[in-house]
Formats: sequence, C-alpha cells, structure tokens
Amino acid sequence: MYVAVKGGEAAIANAHRLLASRRRGEADVPGLTLAQIAGQLSLAVDRVMGEGSLYDPELAALAIKQARGDLIEAVFLLRAYRTTLPRFGHSEPVDTGAMLVERRISAVYKDLPGGQLLGPTFDYTHRLLDPALAGDAPLDAPETAADTGEKVIRVSDILGDEGLIEDDPATDVSRPVADITRTPMEFPMERDARLQTLARGDEGFLLALAYSTQRGYARSHPFAGEIRIGEVDVEVMIPELGFAVVIGRVKLTECQMVNQFKGSSKAPPQFTRGYGLVFGQAERKAMAMSLCDRALRASELGEDITAPAQDEEFVLSHCDNVQSTGFVEHLKLPHYVDFQAELDLVRRMRAEYFAKAAARDDDAASDDAKEAAE
Amino acid sequence: MTGAGHQRDEAATQAAARDVAGRQRRLSVLAKAPAKDLLARWKETGLDPSVELLRGPESGLVALQGRIGGGGQPFHVGEVSATRVTVRIGSGAVGHAMISGRDARKAQLVAVIDALAQDAEHAETIERTIVAPLEKGLAEADAKLREETAATRVNFFTMVRGED
Repeated sequence: MYVAVKGGEAAIANAHRLLASRRRGEADVPGLTLAQIAGQLSLAVDRVMGEGSLYDPELAALAIKQARGDLIEAVFLLRAYRTTLPRFGHSEPVDTGAMLVERRISAVYKDLPGGQLLGPTFDYTHRLLDPALAGDAPLDAPETAADTGEKVIRVSDILGDEGLIEDDPATDVSRPVADITRTPMEFPMERDARLQTLARGDEGFLLALAYSTQRGYARSHPFAGEIRIGEVDVEVMIPELGFAVVIGRVKLTECQMVNQFKGSSKAPPQFTRGYGLVFGQAERKAMAMSLCDRALRASELGEDITAPAQDEEFVLSHCDNVQSTGFVEHLKLPHYVDFQAELDLVRRMRAEYFAKAAARDDDAASDDAKEAAE
Repeated sequence: MTGAGHQRDEAATQAAARDVAGRQRRLSVLAKAPAKDLLARWKETGLDPSVELLRGPESGLVALQGRIGGGGQPFHVGEVSATRVTVRIGSGAVGHAMISGRDARKAQLVAVIDALAQDAEHAETIERTIVAPLEKGLAEADAKLREETAATRVNFFTMVRGED
C-alpha cells in the first residue's frame, strides 16, 4: 500500500526554481524560440506529436522546451494537455492516396507510377559529423525539377489486382471506430484499436519488437512495399453547416509493409500486409508499427503465437511510454512507510530463519555427539 | 407537379448545391491559408462589419481517422488541435469556422468572412480579394514542394551480377 507524505513545500518550490534556471542554461546564450524548435528540430517535434497523440507543432515544441529536450517528458506534457480540451468530433478518414507527397519510396517495385521520390532523407548520407553545421552558413536553395503531374499511386492499389496480395479489409460503415481514449483496453483487441495504440506507442519499444521479428521471433518475411511522407487535408463534418470542410492539413508518414505468407487453414498463400500511419515525418516509427501490426495479426491469419511481438496483451499493454514511465518512475517517490513495514517483515523473517538454522545446528550437534558415543 | 415547377425546383436545387460547394471551398481555402496572409488580404477589402460572438472561439480536439491499409476500415491515428467559432454580423448573417490549431483570431476572421460571403454584394469582393489569391498562394506553395521533390526522383538500376 502506498502511504502519502506531506511537507517539503519550500524544498520543492526551490527545486522547481532551480530546474527553471538549469533549463534556461547560460544566460548569455540566447534562449530557444518555439519557431526554432519546430523548424530545426522538427523530427523531435514530430515524435512528440505522434507519441503524445496530439497534432500541434507549436505545442509539441513548447513541450520539448519545457522538458529540456526529454522527449518522453514532453510526450507526457502533451498528453496531459489534451485531457483539458473538449473533443469536437472526428475527421473524415484521411485519403493518403491524395497526399501531397514529399517522399515516396518502394523497395519492391523499381519503376512505379509517380516514381521513387527520395525527398529530404538521411538515407545515403555517410553519417559523418558535419563541422560546418556548428555554424550557420548560408545554404543553396533546393534543386527543382519539372513536376510530371503523374499521380503517385499507392503500391497497395497497384499490387491488389491478381489476388497475390491481400486487399484492404472490407469497410463496414455500421461498425463504430474503436477509441482507446474513451474505452478501456480489452483483449483481444480489434485491429483498429491495435493500430490506434501502436500509432502512439513508444518508437524505441516498437522498434525493438519489430527488430525481434526480423531476427526470427515471429519471422514475417517483410518488404517495405511503400513508405510515403507528406501532407493530407483534414476534413471535418460541421453539423451547423451540414457538410464537411477542410480545417487544415497534417503531415503523415505511411508505411505499407508487404509480407510473404505461406498460407494457413484460414488464408491462402499470398502477400499479407502490415500497416503503419504516424504523425509527421517518422519513417522508423511507421516501419516498426507496420511490422508490429503484421505480427499482431497472427491469430487472424491462423499463425502460431510463439514470440513476444505476436502477444497483443504484452505488446499493447507496454508500448505506451507515458504509462510505462509513470509506473517505473513512481518508484522514486517516497515509499517510507511501505519500506518500514517491509523492513519489519524482513527482520522477522530473518529472525525465524536464523532461529531455525540454529535449531538445525543444535540437532546436528547432538546427533554427532550421539554417533560419537556409540 | 407541373413541368415548369419541376424545372424551377431543379434549378433551385442546383443553385443550392452550387452555394454549398462554394461555401465549402471558401471555408477550406481560408482554413488552410497562413494566418498572416489571410489577415493581409482581409485588410485590403476594407470590410469592417459589427461582430457578435455566438459561440467561442473555443479550443478543442478533432480525432483524426485514417484507414487500415490505406483504404480499409477507419481507425483513430490521434488527435488534432482545433478552434471553432460562430459569429453573427450586423446584417444578421451567421458565419461558422473550424480551423486546425489554436489561432482564435484567425478562426474568428474566417467565421466573419463566411458570414459576409452569404451576402451576394460582398461575396464577389471576398472571392476576388481574399479567396482566389489565397488559393493561388497555396497552389504555388504546393507546386514548389512538388518541384523540389521531383528533383530527388531516382532511377535505380538493378545490377547484373558478373557470374557467367
């Protein structure tokens, strides 16, 4: 049982004042602006928005600043903020096929409509630290080329024809869309609830699980069918107007993982798919999410559940870093009464243990004495 | 129903559909436009109606839905911050706005423009001075991004291994 403590107000106030000072750093160095964080640390902002499950670059930048760059703390701040706001409703499902594509690659098709568009990627960089970035030298403007106007068709829409790859699950409009922020988690979970959980799951946790599937723990023979990054319109039905309007745009990363599947009693041999959709530019997370999504479809596809990545209760109960950090970090709060009680218990257990041991020794000694006498 | 009456109804329905499509486009362009561009365009019109706030501006959340696999059953990806407001202007017309983000001033301006545009007299000015130029600006920004992206289009060659 946790017993609360009180007191320490002055120390706590002083600690927070010290925190504010340390956060600010050297006073003769200019303070960071939110525009600098949102503009120049944009992938950190994207990660905080994704795991905070709230799309708002300015707020995510503020959270990062307030958290001194501790991204999990920043995610926590954003999650706490969202609980203070009313829910206006939901958007129409976004159309990632109509995305204003900033990057699109496929590892399965070399030549595909719309082309392989590298966009602003770390891929093919040499991963050598660039001392020039320590300064603020002027940059060349990005190169441009004529836009072909060719539609960047989703790979899943190209592959779908022959039945070689599974189609998107049929849409049942009457089925309510799961929402883990409104309904407590219950297992087994439907795929919509799983994807919502994974979309805000911790990148590191999902990455490690995704890696485990590649190393043989629920091997799923994956290929990156397509990764696309870009902005989509967010359309919301406005009841007062009676029609939907675009309220703005969000940047998303979508990953279609294609997996070879040898078939089971439930499904024929075909390529199955794992899906990832994440806020902002978050390619690693979207890939990890799609691998985890596919692994978690084991029972649906009639596969044996043998590995941690396939265990939905294990994966989905532990992928949320706000929950994880809450429980792990609560251990550092005062547990004095708890510990005193346990100290007392361990003392008593030790006394009993040594008393028993002494009794055993006495018995053994008297046995020895008897044997010697005989 | 007489043939003429039927035709009138049909014409009225078409006109209503046009109005809806026009309002939908206008609100969408205004929502997507950068706040400072919108404000600059608004100032250019010289319009200054009296405004009564009926609701908001209010900050909240919109649950963003995607589709499983891109085209399947909807699911929730996360939430987007949003601001909504409803206004009544001097003429009695009511305007609505919902925009992503937390810019209450922009949301209110969109609602005021929505209300004003219901008056045919202002609709044309608003289209010419605000909506059309903003839409053009958005299209130009998209085109620039497409051109920058097109420069990174790559053609991979599959290497033939020299095994023979």
